[in-house]
Amino acid sequence: MNYQFNFAPVINNFDQLIYGALITIQLSFGAILIGTLIAIPCAAAKTAGIKPLAWLVNIYIEVIRNTPFLIQIFFIYFSLPALGIRFDPNTAALVALSVNVGAYATEIVRAGIESINRGQVEAGRALGLKGHQIFRYIILKPAIRTIYPALTSQFIYLMLTSSVVSAISATDLAAAGNNIQSATFAAFEVYLVITVMYFVLSLGFSGLFSAIGRTAFRYPLAR
Amino acid sequence: MFRTFGPNEFWYIVMAVQWTLLLSAVAFAGGALGGIAVALGRVSTVRPIRYGALAFIRVFQGTPLLMQLFLVFFGLNIFGVGINPWVAAAVALTLHASAYLGEIWRGCIEAVPQGQSEASWALGLGYRDRMFSVVLPQAAKISVAPTVGFLVQLIKGTSLASIIGFVELTRAGQIINNATFQPLTVFSLVAALYFILCWPLSMWARHLEGRFAVATAR
Repeated sequence: MNYQFNFAPVINNFDQLIYGALITIQLSFGAILIGTLIAIPCAAAKTAGIKPLAWLVNIYIEVIRNTPFLIQIFFIYFSLPALGIRFDPNTAALVALSVNVGAYATEIVRAGIESINRGQVEAGRALGLKGHQIFRYIILKPAIRTIYPALTSQFIYLMLTSSVVSAISATDLAAAGNNIQSATFAAFEVYLVITVMYFVLSLGFSGLFSAIGRTAFRYPLAR
Repeated sequence: MFRTFGPNEFWYIVMAVQWTLLLSAVAFAGGALGGIAVALGRVSTVRPIRYGALAFIRVFQGTPLLMQLFLVFFGLNIFGVGINPWVAAAVALTLHASAYLGEIWRGCIEAVPQGQSEASWALGLGYRDRMFSVVLPQAAKISVAPTVGFLVQLIKGTSLASIIGFVELTRAGQIINNATFQPLTVFSLVAALYFILCWPLSMWARHLEGRFAVATAR
């Protein structure tokens, strides 16, 4: 092993890596937000048992969960233009990540909704709460609390998965690495630093989510 | 100007499924061996081993699979093995699978009641008999459903090997798309093939989970 490690290209282009990391963070939080907005109505439709709607949601979940993310993003970026739907790379990345995390989050939220005791809902109805109030305060809020750990680890996994969007020339952290690597040929050093940056991001996400959890779920449990 | 998408192109993509399956099988076999080692390390009574296994899991679960592939791909070159997508993909996916299976199986080992382990200790069984004859067989029963679930994740993960130039299903799709420029047909077909591979496994995992829930319901 007489390889000369050369970290100079990484240090000289660190601003590009920081820019890429910011795009990765933006894409992740955008997808988490949109994915959650997809997941809640989908999970509600599935648990309410509205037949044609529940079937559609099931097809969506099964297709997304049983195909690779790389193919999903290729489909959105390369195939959809054939149908007249065109995105620039970063938008395609955001759409693909949102659709992807939406499917996984739907299943997690559904499990949370199903964990709510029927008696709670009936108590809410007896107290004269309206349907949407029951869903929001009696079903959704405690459900989110129950599934919060599962949901946030899915979100961290999403952030790691977002590295795949570099394959369609989006401008995220992994793509910044590809650019520096092809200009300097210090491939191993570049990807080593980027891997460490992803690791730091995952620690940061995990710390942030547990801090949010601590403040949002400070109220005591009923039993 | 472009090649048309005909039966040859169709079969080229379909036949590439074998490389996806082969890579998945190699990674799963390697990952199973590594996973047992990692899981046993995680429940070891020796502290450095326990922390070592934990660090291994944290690193591989806290970094993207794509970066793991790149590091192994370019790292092998540093060790003078040369650039070889086959070896790199197999090694990277094996390490990746070892970490995930190790964490899954640790949970299964810890789900076996502590009394089982203590009883075998009281009967004078050594570590090997206690683990391989008493604890692991019981843990294995619990582990089937999550392991099958992870296998789906692994098959999907092999698609990333296309990025380092390994010709499997995804790469075959890209090659045909570049020649025919029929992205809608090509990527629909590729997605359908992945779905055919993964969906039955997902259904099986869910079925096993349901059966296990019934068996352990109190």
